[in-house]
Amino acid sequence: MASVSVCQYHSGGFSFENCKRNALLEADINKLGFSSPAARKTGTTICGVVYKDGVVLGADTRATEGMVVADKNCSKIHYISPNIYCCGAGTAADTEMTTQIISSNLELHSLSTGRLPRVTTANRMLKQMLFRYQGYIGAALVLGGVDCNGPHLYSIYPHGSTDKLPYVTMGSGSLAAMAVFEDRYRPNMEEEEAKRLVRDAIAAGIFNDLGSGSNIDLCVITKGNVDYLRPHDMANKKGVREDKVYGRPVTGSYRYKHGTTGVLTKAVTPLNLEVVEESVQTMDTS
Amino acid sequence: MNTRGLRSQLKDSVPVTGLCPQAGPYGVQDSLRRGFSSVKNELLPSHPLELSEKNFQLNQDKMNFNTLRNIQGLHAPLKLQMEYRAARQIQRLPFLPSSNLALDTLRGTDDSIGFQDILNDPVLSEIMGDPHIMTEYKLGVL
Repeated sequence: MASVSVCQYHSGGFSFENCKRNALLEADINKLGFSSPAARKTGTTICGVVYKDGVVLGADTRATEGMVVADKNCSKIHYISPNIYCCGAGTAADTEMTTQIISSNLELHSLSTGRLPRVTTANRMLKQMLFRYQGYIGAALVLGGVDCNGPHLYSIYPHGSTDKLPYVTMGSGSLAAMAVFEDRYRPNMEEEEAKRLVRDAIAAGIFNDLGSGSNIDLCVITKGNVDYLRPHDMANKKGVREDKVYGRPVTGSYRYKHGTTGVLTKAVTPLNLEVVEESVQTMDTS
Repeated sequence: MNTRGLRSQLKDSVPVTGLCPQAGPYGVQDSLRRGFSSVKNELLPSHPLELSEKNFQLNQDKMNFNTLRNIQGLHAPLKLQMEYRAARQIQRLPFLPSSNLALDTLRGTDDSIGFQDILNDPVLSEIMGDPHIMTEYKLGVL
């Protein structure tokens, strides 16, 4: 084990040792005209709506890395506790780690109190953590769940502000989704109507925003039951190739169909062969 | 937990430790042990969050003690600080990782997880400090 001459034991957490070096490297790279690699974002459409018996959360499934699609079917609805789920937009790693940390904290907390965790507890934990890091953790979240006080829905911004509303949208496709909500939302909807509304809102984001695409995931949370529908709707199916025409494979086959060349004459000559000798040679398989 | 007692914080200022010139025993920059110094390194943090993260636990403790003092009187934080001091003395040798279990229990952070437990966990670090130098620093001989 190598040993370094330090005077004190270092503590865990974020290490800012390389920040100055990274700033210098970034400046050098920009001078040469290249750009440094971009973090993988989930430029996204996520939304949630409160209906009669609970909460419906929806998300698309595309993750982008700059101008390239990094993941065609990523899962953006994260588990926080059995009755609370959270959709995440922004930097993919940030939303993933933040929701996992809060999920662990909430589990410890609920073991300590002995009760099912409340959505407002998760909201406060998320808000305090995001404010501590002053927006450098790029996680915009839609938190929804059902607890002893009924269904709740929160939207949480990267700098730590939160809103408690009956319907919320976040991400790059949030305006398209919000337009659908503003047109068709009404309080105390039925479950099918709420699912259709969220599906249409996410579809609006998928078809009108470059950063969102692929399938629609839904999560329906009611008191005592969670339906995680992944995928609920495959809005963008990649084209299916015609595999067989008239029973013969079309792609990858270079044989011409029977009748391509016209047959003029046909003459069949049988060859009568007789078996002279038959011998078996064993193969050396050692 | 984080939203109370902000007014009481105005009186206490956060010490800007870690960025000041690392003075050795003779009051000058200790090049042998701390490396070369530069004005930029000492005046500016390399990241806006560096200072606030370094002092985060300190600030939390200060805020909590202030609130406790305002609610229950001076004796409560005094007693607690005495217990903190006692718990902080339960350490292994300077170059070995200590769990700080008693301190965590007193603070109430033994049932919460944060980035300090996941990233750069000192228990899992691949390099260790030089035992002689660290013991000498701890004993004040260095």
